[in-house]
Amino acid sequence: MSVKRLRGTFKQLLAYRSAVVGLCILCFIVGLSIYAVIAIPYEEAIRAWRLGEDVSINNPRNASPSWINFFLQKKLPETIIMDTLKKESGAKKAIVPSETISAIRIEFPFEFNYDDFPSELNLFFTANYSEKAPYITIDWIKPNGATIRLKEMVVKKTDRYYISIDNELAQKLRLDLSEKVGQEIPYEIPPQLSLFAVEDGSILKPETAQVLKGKYKMVIEGILFEKQSDMDSRLVVYGKVFGLAGTDHLRRDLMIGLLWGAPIAVSFGILASVLISFSQMIIAAVSAWYGKWADMLLQKATEFFMILPFLPILMMIAIFYKLSIWVLLVVVIALSIFGSGVKTYRAMFLQVKELPYIEAAQAYGAGNLRIIFRYMIPKVLPTIIPSLVLSVSSFVFLEAALAILGLGDPVVPTWGKIINDAYTKGALHQGYYYWVLEPSFLLVLTSLGFALLGFALDKIFNPKLSEI
Amino acid sequence: MRRELFAFLKYAAKRIITLIIVVVLAIYATILVANMGGYVDEIIKAQTRDSIYTSVFQNPAYQHLSTEEKKQLAEQLYQIEIEALGLDKPFIYRSGGYLISALSLNLGRATYLTSDSGSTAVRNIIAERLPATILLFTTINLTLFFLSLVGGLFLSRKYGSKLDKAVVTLSPFSSIPGWFYGIFFILIFAAWLRWLPYGGLVDVPPPANPFDYALSVLKHMVLPIFSWLVAYSFVQTYTKRTFFLMFSSEDYVEMAKAKGLPPRLIERRYILKPTLPPIITEFALTLIGSWMGAIVTERVFNWPGIGTLFYQAAMFMDSPVIIGEVTIYAYLLAITVFILDIVYAIVDPRIRIGVSGA
Repeated sequence: MSVKRLRGTFKQLLAYRSAVVGLCILCFIVGLSIYAVIAIPYEEAIRAWRLGEDVSINNPRNASPSWINFFLQKKLPETIIMDTLKKESGAKKAIVPSETISAIRIEFPFEFNYDDFPSELNLFFTANYSEKAPYITIDWIKPNGATIRLKEMVVKKTDRYYISIDNELAQKLRLDLSEKVGQEIPYEIPPQLSLFAVEDGSILKPETAQVLKGKYKMVIEGILFEKQSDMDSRLVVYGKVFGLAGTDHLRRDLMIGLLWGAPIAVSFGILASVLISFSQMIIAAVSAWYGKWADMLLQKATEFFMILPFLPILMMIAIFYKLSIWVLLVVVIALSIFGSGVKTYRAMFLQVKELPYIEAAQAYGAGNLRIIFRYMIPKVLPTIIPSLVLSVSSFVFLEAALAILGLGDPVVPTWGKIINDAYTKGALHQGYYYWVLEPSFLLVLTSLGFALLGFALDKIFNPKLSEI
Repeated sequence: MRRELFAFLKYAAKRIITLIIVVVLAIYATILVANMGGYVDEIIKAQTRDSIYTSVFQNPAYQHLSTEEKKQLAEQLYQIEIEALGLDKPFIYRSGGYLISALSLNLGRATYLTSDSGSTAVRNIIAERLPATILLFTTINLTLFFLSLVGGLFLSRKYGSKLDKAVVTLSPFSSIPGWFYGIFFILIFAAWLRWLPYGGLVDVPPPANPFDYALSVLKHMVLPIFSWLVAYSFVQTYTKRTFFLMFSSEDYVEMAKAKGLPPRLIERRYILKPTLPPIITEFALTLIGSWMGAIVTERVFNWPGIGTLFYQAAMFMDSPVIIGEVTIYAYLLAITVFILDIVYAIVDPRIRIGVSGA
């Protein structure tokens, strides 16, 4: 196709509203892909995705996207992180040095004015000592001044204290609260509730429990037994919302997966569709041009592949070899080369073959290959472009389908893999709808973009359709 | 007349032979893939060896034997077991045996999977799953087929109308597959509204009363059917409509109109009749296709059919089950294709003589 014709086609396209919408969608998705590749380098994305909790330990688990607070009356908490290594976070550390034993005091003051409880509470330590580890006490001070002793512990070189799953503490707090309210709390109240709740009758049911808003403070007092000894700590009050996309069960920022899903989905879809269409066309052209045995053989090959069930064979190969997405692409192409498209294209080529200009080409002595590649294929090319664009959608969804079956790429994050994670971790049962809806929305958008464009192209390249 | 019959028989014989060759090759290819070119044998061998060694070394009856003697005994038992399983012969040799038993529909026993009744015979496993798949996907495909046929014909009569334009506008939404709509409908109707079940075939525990049982199955079928109808009815109606429109713009239809024939007669004689063969083909292939189920849809809706069986078999590398399923499908497909070919050869004289290359 010449440039002129391409421009003409583009002008025609703009006449269709659906094509314009489709083009806009595709521009958005392509923009997203480019942004993803530039903003998050490949290695970093894979690291964040594979290592999960090791990288994103500071993120809340299964948190909704932050913008959900716009629509809610009860504002969900954001995550609060305070680190003695980062003074600007509000954490305070003081050491009273001495020749033998030093005292250390760490304070984490913070304000908590949200309408819902935090999802978790964790404390992390790094201590520096040669033989004798520091010994600390941890206290919790509520806005009303009440002080609660959380724990006394020895801090190892890297240590952590998961407050929200400390059963002993939970039992103690439950008893204390029951005494204060004058009635036994009838459920297993987790520490992040008892530490943040208003201490009255509302606490008797988890649904009615209310957050005591105001200034909280955690105080860590300890003894360092060596002269060179030091200790740093980080308090994470995990929220229930995170970032633009939320997080999954491994605390991973879904944004990374959503962004990186775009270039992968688009390139997988386009590569598969283009390579398959072209190889099918070449096979069909060869089959139609040579006829006889070649035709017979190639036609039998298409019947052969018609009987072979595509998805089960693909699944078996994928399971056995634990394929990366790009090897998977090669297998998909290999299994589809002799697909039903060959028969359709062959019928077109049989008509083209009889046209006078082919005869003219033969007359001047053009070889077989020259006729196939220079005269027959260019003639049919425009008619297959619409179906080529249309089939991109189906390959984008094929990748998602394989991921749903648990056969996605083991390394790269894709939209299908996010949906699969959400599905297998019961996102629908537990109400984490954002987890399914976000990747689904992008999948639908991508496939609609290609479909709208494809349908419009179909009307342009197959004018018989546009008349009716 | 006799020459024509002869030509017809020759055509039929040629068709049968090529079909048989294709089916045999396809089944053999499946056997190779399902056994990973013989690698599955190695896995089975390693597992057998493991279990025999453990049982010999842990058996108190062999306590008095030295380690060396125990090893010898285990090796002997292993050889016997391997021979009993037929694994002592090379894979290529055995794959021939697999092929013959598959072709004679002697489907053998599954390696890991069992039917709910506990049988390991592939025949029983497939027979147990088939009804669920046929029930769901025949319903879906028949509904889709007739809906799009009637809808397409209706729209082709009033193309350009508002309804027609609506269908044309909505058809790009069919680029989203049925199982994907399924996830959404589960989200809306099961998770959010709690009107319908998440998936499965019947309630747990299944109702004892047959009427309640049927009602429960019906309730579970609503979402999968609905999601496929939403996904595919628009585009199928659209293609059928376009198909009918193309045929109704043929010259002989114009001619009939010019003659003043009544529209119903034109439709029946000049539009429907020539479009019948491709429609029958589509119908037959759709019916056969619904026997295979749909792996992803069955997974999403947890439907215990053939598709789920395929998935499980592939996951466990249970090659006999996969080969069994593919064999049945290949036979059904080949028989259908052959019958269609013969019917067309009878109806269409061009095919019989071999004029048409297409």
